[in-house]
Amino acid sequence: MTSTDQQPFLSIKDLKVHFSTEDGIVKAVDGLSFDLVKGQTLGIVGESGSGKSVTNLTILGLHDRDRTAIEGEILLDGKELLSASEKELERLRGNKMSMIFQDALASLSPYHTIGTQIGETYRKHTGCSKSEARKRAIEMLRRVGIPQPDMRVDDYPHQFSGGMRQRAMIAMALVCDPELLIADEPTTALDVTVQAQIMDLLKDLQQEFGTAIIFITHDLGVIADIADDVLVMYGGRCVERGTKKEVLSDPQHPYTLGLLNSMPSLHGAVDVPLTPIPGSPPSLLNPPSGCRFHPRCAFADKVVGDRCSTERPLLELVEDRGSACHLTDAQKQELFADFAATRHN
Amino acid sequence: MSNNPLLDVSGLTKHFPIKGGFPIRRTVGAVQAVDGLDFQVAEGESLGLVGESGCGKSTTGRLITRLLEPTGGKITYRGQDITHAGRKQLAPIRSEIQMIFQDPYASLNPRQTVGKIISGPMEINDVNPAGGREKRVRELLEIVGLNPEHYNRFPHEFSGGQRQRIGVARALALEPKLIVADEPVSALDVSIQAQVVNLLQKVQQELGIAFVFIAHDLAIVRHFSQRVAVMYLGKIVEIADREDLYGNPRHPYTRALLSAVPEATVDEEPRERIRLVGDVPSPINPPSGCRFRTRCWKATEKCATEAPPLVQVDGNKPGHLTACHYPETTETIPAPRLSKDPEAAA
Repeated sequence: MTSTDQQPFLSIKDLKVHFSTEDGIVKAVDGLSFDLVKGQTLGIVGESGSGKSVTNLTILGLHDRDRTAIEGEILLDGKELLSASEKELERLRGNKMSMIFQDALASLSPYHTIGTQIGETYRKHTGCSKSEARKRAIEMLRRVGIPQPDMRVDDYPHQFSGGMRQRAMIAMALVCDPELLIADEPTTALDVTVQAQIMDLLKDLQQEFGTAIIFITHDLGVIADIADDVLVMYGGRCVERGTKKEVLSDPQHPYTLGLLNSMPSLHGAVDVPLTPIPGSPPSLLNPPSGCRFHPRCAFADKVVGDRCSTERPLLELVEDRGSACHLTDAQKQELFADFAATRHN
Repeated sequence: MSNNPLLDVSGLTKHFPIKGGFPIRRTVGAVQAVDGLDFQVAEGESLGLVGESGCGKSTTGRLITRLLEPTGGKITYRGQDITHAGRKQLAPIRSEIQMIFQDPYASLNPRQTVGKIISGPMEINDVNPAGGREKRVRELLEIVGLNPEHYNRFPHEFSGGQRQRIGVARALALEPKLIVADEPVSALDVSIQAQVVNLLQKVQQELGIAFVFIAHDLAIVRHFSQRVAVMYLGKIVEIADREDLYGNPRHPYTRALLSAVPEATVDEEPRERIRLVGDVPSPINPPSGCRFRTRCWKATEKCATEAPPLVQVDGNKPGHLTACHYPETTETIPAPRLSKDPEAAA
C-alpha cells in the first residue's frame, strides 16, 4: 500500500440518487459519503436493492440523466464529476476510471473479437493505430493469464469459458491503466475455484499498478479475502463502516451482525438452525421511516421510546469507523456478546 | 446405512448426443454429463451433491426424478427398478419423488393463484385429502410459514423468499418420501437464504423426508446434509459423512474446493489455499484416466491411463469413498502451493 498521498483519490459526499418512476420516487441512494485512497480496496456489501450498484453507475455517469435526480458531490482526483459534461466523462471513462461487470457474456459484444474490444478502448484514449492496439490487447491478455494470447486475441467471446471471459473483461477494464476500478459482483457468476483465481489476479494487478478498487458484492467471504475497508449498505444508506477486521470480527450494527449470523460456516455447528434475519429487504419506493432496518431488527425494542421508527440514526465516524444505530455502545457490547462465542467455535 | 436404501443408483450414465452435419443430421459426439454414478440415499437422510457448474449435479437430479431418460446404469426406488419405467409405471412413484427448483420466479405459473399452484399436484394425482384440498393447502401454507389467508394471491405478490416457500409447499403436497432440491437457495439474498434453509431442515426432520440437496455452496451443503458427494466432470470423486468429508478430505479436488471457499472471518494466519490452474475441461472430450488430472498437482502417468475407482482408500472410515490414486493425507499438510502445470485445460 502506498500511503504517500493521503489525499483521497475518490471522495463522495452526501450522495443522493432518486429515480422517478410511474409508481413514485425511488430513493436508491439516500445520503452516502465515503473516501477512497489510491492502492486501497473498499468492499461494499449489501443485498439486492441496497443501492450499491446505483452508487457506482452514478460515479461513472452511466445513469439515465433524464429520470434521475442527484444531489451531493463526487470528486475524482479533485474533479467534480456530477457537473462534468458527457464529453469530459467520456475522456475519463475507460481511461482514468473503469468498471468490471457481473455478467461477462452480456457485457461483451458477440460480433467482435476479444482483441478488437480490448483494443477499441485503447485506441479511443491514445489514438494509436490498429496494429498497436492489437499488440496492447495481446499484452493485456497475457497479463490476466490467458494461455496463448496471440492466438486467443482473435477469438469471439463465445469461444471463451466463463472464467476466461471475466479475465478478458478485466483486461479491457485495465487496458488504459485506470486509477479507479469499480468491480460490480465480478465473481458472483463464477465457480469458487475460478473465483479464487480472479481475486488473486485483481490483488496482483492492484499491487502492480496501485489502483484504487471498489469491490461490490453480497458475499462477506469475498470481502474477507479482498477488501481493506468495508462499507455495509442497507436500503440506500451506509449502516456500518470500518476496516474489514473491525466489521467482520466486531460488527457494530444489528444488520451486519444478522448477516454474519445467518451464514453457515465450514466449521460451525450443524444441527442447530441458522439465525436468519426475519422479513425481507425494504422497498425503496416506500421505505420504512426512521432507521430503515428497524422492522427487521432484533434489538429495536431495546432503544428507549420509538426513536428507531421515527428518527434516522446518523453515521458517526471516528477515523472511518462507526455505525448508524441508536443503540448505545454499552448496549451493543451486551447484546452482541454472544456473537464472538457462537461464530468462532 | 440400512440394507434397503430408499434410492439406489448404480452406474448411472447420461450422454447427450450432439447432432451435426447437413442435410442429414448424424450424431457426431456426446456430452458425457453423468458417467457411472453409484450412491444410495437412505430413508429420511439428506445427501448433498456439490461440484462446479457443468459437473453433472443437476443432470443427476433430473435423472433421479426421471425427467430425463438415463443412457445406462440402474435407478432403484424402494426395490423397484425405475431406470426405464414408462409413464404408467412411474405415475405412483412420481408423487413420492418431488422436486424444488432454483429459480422461484420461473418455476411458478404467474397466471395461477397460490392455492391453484399448490393443489395442482393433488388434482393431477386425484388425491382428495380429508377436509378437502383447500384445507390441505392452507395447512401446507402454514407449515412453510406463509399466511393461509394468501390462498388467492398470485406469485407476483410475493418476494423471492416467499415464492421459494410456495415451491416447498407444492413439493410437500403429495407427502413425498424423497425431495430433490436443485440449488434451492442460491437465487435468494443472503439474509433470506437462512430462512429457507431452516424451513427445509424443519421439513426434513419433522416429516422424515429424504433429500438430495444439490448446491454449489459448500457451507450450506455441510449445514444441511448428513452425507455429501463431490462431483467433478460427471463423476463422483469423493463421498462421505459430512464430518469426514470436510474434516478429512482425501481427494485433491475436494481439498482444493474447500480451500477456495471464501470465509467471512479474518484469520491471524492465512489459511491454506490451493489455486487450481485453468478451467474444467469439456465433458464432450473428457481427459482419459482420472478426469481431474489436467488440473491436479499430483498427476502422474498412471492417472492418465487408469481411471481410479471410487473405493475406501487406506485411512478412510467405512462409507468414506475416494476415487484417487494418490489420496491426500492429514499428517503431511503441505505449504500453500500453486500447481504450475504448463498445459492448462484443453
